[in-house]
Amino acid sequence: MQTTTHPAISPILGRFTLESLPLHEPIVVATFVAVAIGGIALLAALTYFKLWAYLWKEWFTTVDHKRIGIMYMILGIVMLLRGFSDAIMMRLQQAMAFGNEGYLNAHHYDQVFTAHGVIMIFFVAMPIVTGLMNYVVPLQIGARDVSFPFLNNFSFWMTASGAVMVMMSLFVGEFAQTGWLAMPPLSGIGFSPGVGVDYYIWSLQIAGVGTLLSGVNLICTIVKMRAPGMTMMKMPIFCWTALCTNILIVAAFPVLTAVLALLSLDRYADTAFFTNTLGGNPMMYVNLIWIWGHPEVYILILPMFGVFSEVTSTFSGKRLFGYTSMVYATCVITLLAYLVWLHHFFTMGSGASVNSFFGITTMIISIPTGAKIFNWLFTMYRGRIRFELPMMWTVAFMITFTLGGMTGVLLAVPPADFVLHNSLFLVAHFHNVIIGGVLFGAFAAINYWWPKAFGFKLNQFWGKLSFWLWVSGFYFAFVPLYVLGLMGVTRRLRTFEDPSYQIWFLIAAFGAFLVALGIAAMLIQFAVSIRDRKKLVDVTGDPWNGRTLEWATSSPPPDYNFAFTPIVHDGDAWADMKARGYQRPTSGYKDIHMPSNTGTGVILGALSTAFGVGMIWYVWWLAGLSFIGILAVAIGHTFNYKRDYHIPAADVTREEDARTAALAGAAA
Amino acid sequence: MPGTRFFPVRRSSPTTRLPWTKGCLTLPLLLLGACNTVVLNPAGDVALQQGNLVIFATVLMLVIVVPVIALVCLFAWRYRASNEEATYEPDWDHSTQLELLIWAAPLLIIICLGAVTWTATHLLDPYRPIERIAKGRPVAPNTKPLDVQVVALDWKWLFIYPEYGIATVNELAAPVDRPIRFRITASSVMNAFYVPDLAGMIYAMPSMETKLHAVINKKGNYAGFSSNYSGAGFSGMRFRFHGLDDAGFAAWVAKNKAAPLPLSRGNYLKLEKPSENTPVMRFAAVAPGLFDAVVNQCVRPGTTCMSDMMRHDAGDTAAMKHMPDKGNAQKPKPEEALTGGDAGEAPTKNPKDVQQRSNASPSNPTTL
Repeated sequence: MQTTTHPAISPILGRFTLESLPLHEPIVVATFVAVAIGGIALLAALTYFKLWAYLWKEWFTTVDHKRIGIMYMILGIVMLLRGFSDAIMMRLQQAMAFGNEGYLNAHHYDQVFTAHGVIMIFFVAMPIVTGLMNYVVPLQIGARDVSFPFLNNFSFWMTASGAVMVMMSLFVGEFAQTGWLAMPPLSGIGFSPGVGVDYYIWSLQIAGVGTLLSGVNLICTIVKMRAPGMTMMKMPIFCWTALCTNILIVAAFPVLTAVLALLSLDRYADTAFFTNTLGGNPMMYVNLIWIWGHPEVYILILPMFGVFSEVTSTFSGKRLFGYTSMVYATCVITLLAYLVWLHHFFTMGSGASVNSFFGITTMIISIPTGAKIFNWLFTMYRGRIRFELPMMWTVAFMITFTLGGMTGVLLAVPPADFVLHNSLFLVAHFHNVIIGGVLFGAFAAINYWWPKAFGFKLNQFWGKLSFWLWVSGFYFAFVPLYVLGLMGVTRRLRTFEDPSYQIWFLIAAFGAFLVALGIAAMLIQFAVSIRDRKKLVDVTGDPWNGRTLEWATSSPPPDYNFAFTPIVHDGDAWADMKARGYQRPTSGYKDIHMPSNTGTGVILGALSTAFGVGMIWYVWWLAGLSFIGILAVAIGHTFNYKRDYHIPAADVTREEDARTAALAGAAA
Repeated sequence: MPGTRFFPVRRSSPTTRLPWTKGCLTLPLLLLGACNTVVLNPAGDVALQQGNLVIFATVLMLVIVVPVIALVCLFAWRYRASNEEATYEPDWDHSTQLELLIWAAPLLIIICLGAVTWTATHLLDPYRPIERIAKGRPVAPNTKPLDVQVVALDWKWLFIYPEYGIATVNELAAPVDRPIRFRITASSVMNAFYVPDLAGMIYAMPSMETKLHAVINKKGNYAGFSSNYSGAGFSGMRFRFHGLDDAGFAAWVAKNKAAPLPLSRGNYLKLEKPSENTPVMRFAAVAPGLFDAVVNQCVRPGTTCMSDMMRHDAGDTAAMKHMPDKGNAQKPKPEEALTGGDAGEAPTKNPKDVQQRSNASPSNPTTL
């Protein structure tokens, strides 16, 4: 084991020096200048338009699950831009670096692929999934908010705090150069003495607190806050998938927290959990991180299965086929998610019996997943399918995900994995399921629930353009990687010798370029739709002829979601209500009890960022003070007794009368 | 030295590597055949069986995947809203027969694939000595396999041939049709040892030993590399694997025997220092027990082998008689680097091209 002597640690600045700034990397400096100019422009605009007070009062301190959900989605989309820039940089490097060094040195390139993975999973997919569940679940179960509204706000700011630290690593210091799971011994202090791995550890630890607490919150919400009459088996399928996902979160994220804590002890306190010598064993880390890591992929995909179920059923104008088997399939996947982690490292040399056990359990997961695909298929069967954007994304998902699932089962066969593991075939496989599953699901969900969140539909033209660019871009970008994997090309390579690979990398780079256009088209779609919001307006609150309760209220829903808690008699509650000639009550409103906004979440998030920065840079005074600050603010918050208020019946009446008038106006 | 290629680039031979029968069965694979998909058409029997399993499993799954995708397209088209003629049953949401079918169909495929997986995983277990050289050619009794000890170093491969007392860096060779028995470890971080033409990969891990059994069936010059990211020099961690006939292999051994340097423990310690894009090096002799010392992290004189420490922990106090004074065991003295000119063939890289693994010893640039 290598021993390392650090340069002297300043008592004020820790190990930060001016040399920590990546001034020698022109790409980073140029990015910084662009981000700084953009950031200053944004701050100036917010100040000029006097939006700070509005943002603070209405958004940052909000405990409204809908606004928190939207903030999560915005965070996810902003981070998608960062993560995708990393992807483009990799594709360019790999398309160029044949017999030369390309344009990225190892130090930079290795950070790029690590940051790409970390950002896309933790700060794109997770916020989008959490945001969706936050927004939709309380509305679907007819609740006014989640069980613990303040906790929800705090969770968001912890996630945002982690994202801030990852972004900071781009300009101050460096990010990890270890791959997205930071496997020791490479991530140990001996082989990664810099701040990169510490940025990794602390951004994930702090964001992880948010994820775990939001999991607790949503489980509690789903279990305890369903509208009267909504038994578990009458719950919308998205809520079932959300419930299973949050159970996975609560069971899996503590493992990640523990394994990262052990790694931090190795790095900070010279323990030997994952070292090569002194009784340490890096294989333990690999096992532990994948015991979290495999459930994590189901945490991401299960809610999207829920989205596709809702979308297929709504746009086919039919009840979901096989609701019960869908629920059981989801539960089976939840359980099996814990029995397959070893398939990520068959090549570690476990015995044949261990490998085949984990290979076969992995294959078994494809049975409930296959059943789900069939269920969607038979939901479409004898339906009246309207190919609106959410349904287009769903059909693209069904085809793409089936192919990704097939290559996944293939990789579950250990002897096949021996020749495909860590290859670009593997990279193509997991992008096939994560893009084809999670991202396509996210886009279906955004197009589906946007009218609910903002009261107007999204522009069709730019949406369709974005759809075709994304879908074709995906195939152009990843089919070549499947081929390269079969040609024996491994992942994370920076330079190549064999010129016959280059054509495939060029095609893949072209695909990434198409995806870039797809992202641009999507941003334009948002902008154009906001501009044309009057034209695209939906006053009914039910633009798709929806089937679940969120479509029963106005768009956007009032703070209290439902003036009267709905009573549920059937699985597709809103479709059932409509079929039985439901009349919206227009009088008899009462005061509504609601939680109050609080700034504590923002303050705790900011203190956590300060604590993380202190730990990363060995600025012990900052870490100590901010940790004391976190405890003080958290304890102080328990003495805040002004936690709730009542919306007076008069206000509710005014709001509901306005909706009555709007509905009458639309009908006339 | 950017732009320099240390080894000739491999090209697929003009005689196609894809057997006709297999190609006709699966058209996409035929198309892939045009671009040297070594994973499906390797030159070694173990890799070939693994590649065939990839094809078998894919075809088996296509049995269900193709109809599903076809049905998605068909239903999406047939039940589009504008097609008023199609049946519309908004409340139809259950059918026991269909439910049975949609759970049973994937189940049957998985039972089939699971059975194949169980047997293939055992038969192709990398720890299991191979029983055949190729299809229909069992290993002759009393065949002595070729032993090769593999050490993944930062960032190069060391191959030790105990039978011949030689060692090489970044060049591996074996006689055609002779079973090879690899013992694999690493000096510092995890890597994976992979020659796609020979056999599937297996991790090379510090303080641990993995095994791999394989055989090469055709003469040739094949690519080998690390397939597990291991830090800055990872991309350059390539080697060539030569499949040679018996005479060729004897000549190759003799060439190594004639190399000027032995792989003493001292030379190993110089060799294990980080270096990138390392040229081929040859060693005429190897210090006894070197590989075991590498596995047990005790090449450096005065360090206690992990095996001894474990025996001591288990109660055998005698095992620790070599226990050094705590303190000086982990403090390496700066040593002179072993230069490529001492043992290599290609010119030495410029020291400033070599990126250090860490800032541990900036005053000691390693030039290999």
